[in-house]
Amino acid sequence: MDNVRGRAWRFGDHIDTDQIIPAERLTSDNMDKLGLFVFGKVNPDFAKNVEAGDIVVAGRNFGCGSSREQAPRALKQAGVSCVIAESFARIFFRNSINVGLLPIECRIEARDGDLLVICPDEGTITNENTGKTFAFKQYPPFIKDLIESGGLMARVRENRRCSR
Amino acid sequence: MTKCKGKTISEKILSAKSSTDAYAGDVVEADIDYVMVNDITGPIAFREFEALSCDALRERIVLIPDHFVPNKDVPSAEQAREMRTFARKHRIENYYDVGRGGVCHQVMIEEGFVAPGRLIVGADSHTCTYGALCAFSTGIGSTEAAACFAEGRLWFKVPETMSVSLIGRFKGYVSGKDLILRIIGDIGVDGGNYKTLEFSGGGVESMTISDRLTVSNMVVEAGAKAGIFLADKVTEEFVKGIVKGTYSKVSPDKEAHYSSELEYDLSSLEFMVALPNSPGNVKPAKEVDVLIDQAFLGSCTNGRIEDLRTAASILRGKRIHSSVRMIVVPASMKVYRQALNEGLLGVFIESGAYVSGPTCAACLGGHMGVLGDGERCVSSTNRNFVGRMGHKNSEVYLAGPAVVAASALKGRIAVPDESI
Repeated sequence: MDNVRGRAWRFGDHIDTDQIIPAERLTSDNMDKLGLFVFGKVNPDFAKNVEAGDIVVAGRNFGCGSSREQAPRALKQAGVSCVIAESFARIFFRNSINVGLLPIECRIEARDGDLLVICPDEGTITNENTGKTFAFKQYPPFIKDLIESGGLMARVRENRRCSR
Repeated sequence: MTKCKGKTISEKILSAKSSTDAYAGDVVEADIDYVMVNDITGPIAFREFEALSCDALRERIVLIPDHFVPNKDVPSAEQAREMRTFARKHRIENYYDVGRGGVCHQVMIEEGFVAPGRLIVGADSHTCTYGALCAFSTGIGSTEAAACFAEGRLWFKVPETMSVSLIGRFKGYVSGKDLILRIIGDIGVDGGNYKTLEFSGGGVESMTISDRLTVSNMVVEAGAKAGIFLADKVTEEFVKGIVKGTYSKVSPDKEAHYSSELEYDLSSLEFMVALPNSPGNVKPAKEVDVLIDQAFLGSCTNGRIEDLRTAASILRGKRIHSSVRMIVVPASMKVYRQALNEGLLGVFIESGAYVSGPTCAACLGGHMGVLGDGERCVSSTNRNFVGRMGHKNSEVYLAGPAVVAASALKGRIAVPDESI
């Protein structure tokens, strides 16, 4: 997997999907512009200032709450490349993989705006502002395959091709 | 690692459905019995599925619009239309339009999709509700639902299981909601992450299916993947007559391994309230003194006939406080009809409450009771995140139906004056 480099945006523990994308935005006419509304209710500056490649850095249980896949899609559409969190809510973690938003479970030290470099293959995150490097556990083989094959639908397509 | 011999209910169901000998930590690909989507998670699933250009496993798909229906505006109308079109195109019979369904999880239960031993997924986080009937059910994403439409299979990491042993019996109006709020308060909103909570013990037998559904519904607020009650005679009696098809009973082995064990005496529980902005911010209701603007009774958590009966018995012959508007939303057309026949709707209306037909409504700030700046609502729903029911400065206090009704009368969070 390619390395990722981006600026950090700090968030706390238990960031729920209602904060990431409020329910009133969940109509299909918004499906391709979810990025405009990401964190709209609680942090309107985020959508205005986020840049392609930026990285969300959070605490425990990121993405808790609803199953809405619009949450990782909103982050992805806003340009976020990756979410680093101490832990994830399970549905958000699964959804992220399927929409191409990399979820990394790791506790790191970073301030807003710090430049981070993630090496997925080595399992390291380096904070270029502090010079500190943090190691994260490799994904279990099944998850790693799923990420590398491009998410669940890519896999389903492959299965169907093979079974024909 | 040596695998122990005994299995939990989750290990048994996921083994059976994947034709493997699976234990906690294993990843399996398992056959699902049903996959459900609603009007806000459906459209992404439909588009992902159509891109595959294949036949849908139509008998295993259940489509239930509930979040923004009856259509609250033009975008929600278009969205609901997308589901209707998909149902027609793929000749999906398990489609429950406005007037024939209600809140998706209640409809799934009433229509007999749920039975012990089944594996059911839904693009809605509260799909875990069906564990009340000893099924393994969990929330998934829309893309995963699309994969299930095509393949009828999905991957699962077999969860570890926490054992929750229940003894005793609820006192008075104390209910399943108070139990699950207490559990979430105790273990935290990520205390059950990736795990199953398996409920057993003599206390289960004393619990109605309605109370069990409330408990299973909210295990996701502790991060859990599933909340499964051991099946008993009450379960069998409930399922009999409504279940679609056949099912296989399942129970855990004596030697099953549990990652941790909790025990609750139902008779010692009191009314609980989760304060803003977390379902884990739980206190005994009697310690909470907060003025309220709205009281909401409904949702997949507490919109069943038993909940309406509780609230009606507290409200009967009394008037709702002048500064409070109370909104009652039965969870399904069946509950609505039953409440009508039992005279409960009349009780609500006479006490000054507003009664609507079934929908998710204000639970997620959709419509039918959205909160304004600084407003406070005591609600029988499941989440009280920032802005969940409307304005970002509004507040939601989660409670059971008895506290919702008592609070509506007093104009502040209150416990019922129990004369029973």
